[in-house]
Amino acid sequence: MDILNSTLNTITSALESKELSSKELVQFYLDRIDKYDGEIQAYNHVNENAIKQAELIDSKRTKGEKLPKFAGVPIALKDLLITGGMPTTCSSKILEGFTPPFTGTAVKHVEDAGFITLGKLSMDEFAMGSSNENAAFKKTRNPWDTEKVPGGSSGGSAAAVAAGLAPVTLGSDTGGSIRQPASLCGVIGMKPTYGRVSRFGLVAFASSLDQIGPMGKSASDLASLLSIIVRHDVQDSTSAKVEQVDYTKALTGDVKGLKLGVPKEYFQTGLAPDVKKAVDEAIKQYEKLGCELVDISLPHTDYALATYYIIATAEASSNLGRYDGVRYGRRAEADNLRDMYYKSRTEGFGDEVKRRIMLGTYVLSAGYYDAYYIKAQKVRTLIKQDFVEAFKKVDAIICPASPTTAFKAGEKTSDPIQMYLSDIYTLSLNLFGGCGLSVPCGFDSDGMPIGVQLLGNYFEEGSILNLAYAFERETNLPKIPQNLKG
Amino acid sequence: MRDLKKEDRLVSETISINDVHHIATLARLKFEETEAEKIKDDLNSILGYMEKLNELDTTNVKPTSHTLDIFTVTRPDETRPSLSNEEALANAPQAENAHFKVPKVIE
Repeated sequence: MDILNSTLNTITSALESKELSSKELVQFYLDRIDKYDGEIQAYNHVNENAIKQAELIDSKRTKGEKLPKFAGVPIALKDLLITGGMPTTCSSKILEGFTPPFTGTAVKHVEDAGFITLGKLSMDEFAMGSSNENAAFKKTRNPWDTEKVPGGSSGGSAAAVAAGLAPVTLGSDTGGSIRQPASLCGVIGMKPTYGRVSRFGLVAFASSLDQIGPMGKSASDLASLLSIIVRHDVQDSTSAKVEQVDYTKALTGDVKGLKLGVPKEYFQTGLAPDVKKAVDEAIKQYEKLGCELVDISLPHTDYALATYYIIATAEASSNLGRYDGVRYGRRAEADNLRDMYYKSRTEGFGDEVKRRIMLGTYVLSAGYYDAYYIKAQKVRTLIKQDFVEAFKKVDAIICPASPTTAFKAGEKTSDPIQMYLSDIYTLSLNLFGGCGLSVPCGFDSDGMPIGVQLLGNYFEEGSILNLAYAFERETNLPKIPQNLKG
Repeated sequence: MRDLKKEDRLVSETISINDVHHIATLARLKFEETEAEKIKDDLNSILGYMEKLNELDTTNVKPTSHTLDIFTVTRPDETRPSLSNEEALANAPQAENAHFKVPKVIE
């Protein structure tokens, strides 16, 4: 069977009918990792027990034991998801060699559903970055052109799907870290509503913005995976107390009469012509599918980047205070405790992480707290209000996911603001807290993928997944580059 | 009369090298002089960009710290399973007698 182009549903059917064994399936992906990951650099760690776990499931299946729905299906995880017994580094030297003694909630749900973890995927260090170039170990490259970046910070999670090194992956999104790399790698990726997926076992970057989400090749796969990880969790005090949903049931393909908002602020200067053209065509496609287009305005869009970088760095500087070399992670040799803190942190963190800790520490420091942090939280209210007003008029919002397609490695590393601008279309959503996804909608003149973004109100994951599903049925774009199909 | 409503405006000050070292101390980081210069320039450039927020009058706007209306979550105060001492210490760079060990604190 054509494993690479199969959905999770097709794969599980093949496993259930014993047309395919889990061992064959896992071996298929391990072979591809062997063959291609030297170039793609997506995996920080490959699970050496994956084959054994697959054999165990195969033998249970042979005996006729009842198995969970996705028993024996491979998945790979962003390396900031805590995995008991498997290294978790956040692509940082400060966590090199750290093997957690527990497993996070979302990963636990995925394991309980039968998935086998192929390994841990590279990312920008502590999820800070938009190109995966801030990774300490593996600087993941874009499968469509390995001179170019995959986006970030879930660059490994996006590239692994695009290169066929995992059928589905989990990433995390604080300001666009799932949607931007999904767009740059030509895969589909979703940030669920804040509070939808438990953050217990997600290494914290900015706690009021972070959210775990699924990445894959189809809306159907995303719906399957999301249905598994969406649960209320007593271990996360910000976990939303809402019903569990089977999102696969939302995929009817019928989008007639839905109102799609087109925000004028997302189509102005800075948007690459090829991206604009592809997104405009996607909008036309939705009109053909029966959606009603509504011109809307999100007037505070221009303030989102500044607001985001105050709030996110403030929260990060506080969250990253825990890396002190005492209980886990890297410890530098020093004669006294104070020097040990300084040396462990200075040697352990990379440049961008240090830059953000410094910025966050500054905006939270005495005399500046009100002027920066409180000010940003007030503007956050205005940005949130923009979305609340918009969703009174429309069912979903459509816009680009990234202002450009993938850029060359090294192109933006010297100017932090240029790099931060990569997330200009994604980070407002995190400040609002709703859900959003990027679905592939075309290629630029160099053959690099383009994604269109669909934004939904709180807990409207089902409706934006259905919109993506309806679109995919019309477009049918290639998900894996030709040269990686062998 | 105050010339700035300080709580509602970003303070336009340029960060100096001394400020960089002060912030670094708060964050338990150390920078060599060339790195400190680079950090200083980066911070000034980023903070300059952030002054954009001054265009907005937010005097009567309430701050948002959390997007969803989630109230204080409580649970019964019951003993639950937790990590064993061995598991908690498994990643410790140094441990002794069931404790994390660190370099000398008091001279």
